[in-house]
Amino acid sequence: MTSHAALEIVAPGAYASLQDGGRRGYRRIGVPWAGVLDPRLMRIANALAGNAEDAPVIECFDGGLQVAVRGGALRVAVAGDANVEVDGRDGRRNLPSWRSVTLAEGERLCIRRMARGRIAVVAVAGLKLPAVMGSASTYVRAGLGGLDGRALAPGMRLPVDTGDGVDRALPQPPLADAGPIRIVPGPQAGHFTDEALQTLLVSEYRVTAEADRMGIRLDGPRLAHRGAAEIVSDATVPGSIQVPGNGRPIVLLADAQTAGGYPKIATVITADLPRLASLWPGQALRFAAVTADEGASIARASEAEMRALLATIRPLLPDGVDLAVLYGANLVGGVVHALAPEYRPLPFEQAGDERSPRP
Amino acid sequence: MSVSILDAGDAALTIEFGDAIDRGLLAAVNALDAAIARRQAEGGLAGLIETMPTFRSLTLFYDPLATGREALLAELQPLLAAAAHAAPAPGRHWRLPVCYEGEAAPDLAEVARTLEITEAELVALHSGTEYRVYMLGFLPGFPFMGDLPEKLRLPRRATPRVRVPKGSVAIATGLTAIYPWESPGGWHLLGRCPVPLFDARRDSPALLAAGDRVRFVPVGADDCRAIEAGLRRGELDPLDWLHADAGDRVMAQDGA
Repeated sequence: MTSHAALEIVAPGAYASLQDGGRRGYRRIGVPWAGVLDPRLMRIANALAGNAEDAPVIECFDGGLQVAVRGGALRVAVAGDANVEVDGRDGRRNLPSWRSVTLAEGERLCIRRMARGRIAVVAVAGLKLPAVMGSASTYVRAGLGGLDGRALAPGMRLPVDTGDGVDRALPQPPLADAGPIRIVPGPQAGHFTDEALQTLLVSEYRVTAEADRMGIRLDGPRLAHRGAAEIVSDATVPGSIQVPGNGRPIVLLADAQTAGGYPKIATVITADLPRLASLWPGQALRFAAVTADEGASIARASEAEMRALLATIRPLLPDGVDLAVLYGANLVGGVVHALAPEYRPLPFEQAGDERSPRP
Repeated sequence: MSVSILDAGDAALTIEFGDAIDRGLLAAVNALDAAIARRQAEGGLAGLIETMPTFRSLTLFYDPLATGREALLAELQPLLAAAAHAAPAPGRHWRLPVCYEGEAAPDLAEVARTLEITEAELVALHSGTEYRVYMLGFLPGFPFMGDLPEKLRLPRRATPRVRVPKGSVAIATGLTAIYPWESPGGWHLLGRCPVPLFDARRDSPALLAAGDRVRFVPVGADDCRAIEAGLRRGELDPLDWLHADAGDRVMAQDGA
């Protein structure tokens, strides 16, 4: 790999932006955290690319992202259930997500469409972005982070400091969780009628088309306020479910403003917020109540699961051969029959990477 | 003053001192915020990520993997009672220039008519009052300041503007503010402040902080342009408008 490679944005798709784990410490001056809506996808994609877990990544929605390699080979990794296509010298090939791939000069990678969930995260090995107020996360409203504080646009080039390494794959992608979205009632549940919280907990709600990085407006039974649908502004948090006068709940996400004057009936727990954020407009969801302590236990369990999942990531040989599968097959001749079509068999002696385990 | 602890999910909690816009509540919020910062500087309150002061409450954001609600509250308990009875901190004192003329003041005439006072009286009342910054929010660096003189209190505009210019000085209900960014907005625009309220390159990106005191100084359109030019050329610094009077706690920053 050369050291002057860049990744060019050919087409950004919907709401694509550069994000990392987010910008902490500035809510008091009105700056939200921003950051990826699904930190698990960021961590997996970065681990696949060989980056630090919270390195900046491209977050995109609904497919449509297209990137091209300029000035030398580079490695990208895709997390999320996306249909990925690589357009290269040997024509087009489909690629599963949940793996990294080394792209040659001029090759393009495209997120065609999402098989499940709205969000895909693309990590780029060695992507270097300056931290603005402690983070590279793009927050367009204040022109912070990313490339000059702007959303991704065609023609933008992301500078990459390449390092050598191997491609990696996540053998068993995370399973879909169709369970209810868990919420902690409050901070202003008392501003609503007794029936309102019950309604929220027993009814089906749907994600509307008004859904972006700031929040998601839900459609479903209206929630009635006990008095005025107004409070003296106080802090919001990612996951706040605020209810304006029309009774329709809005769930706030990473880019939402830091304070608001609508009563908040409940808060989505940290572990379930990414799942909600990745629902498509029109998709249905249900809520279930937990206590703050239960929410924290779920957060700890979810983190343990995440670490276990990251530990299963394993290297691929340069052409995509899965070493673990090779060992499992107890192979001598270097030809594997049981692999997926895109895993071209390769003799061991061609696998020259120092970091790959050798037989 | 009664203190309530409100749940804000599994990674935040809100300590609420009341539900009004009130200087006493502001003093309590700022005192608790400062006490927490001191405790953190001493190595306490592990797992606390940041705090968010508002008109009447302080929200604590924490890492549920590193701490818990009970552990935080146990450590906070001794700070709560002291904060509830705290006197207002002196706060930094700013004297910010405002141009109340021409296109910088699109709503001045209409507001004066509605309030049945002259434009000069309106400017004198707005600039003759010392305000406190209650909180920052809505937009990065956006200061909610109060209290407006009773005479100047109006509801928000019936139809919000799609585009409020950056630097607009505005009033609504009992509050006044400066828009740090161009944005939509429903407040009445009385003037323009040429001093930038937000700059990510500064150590402290927001010019103002909760608890600061602010007075507006009327300047003409030419002076306003000259200030802008001076700021652009780097001959003026926003901290030049920090006023050093007895009791200010940030004397060190006044050297500029």
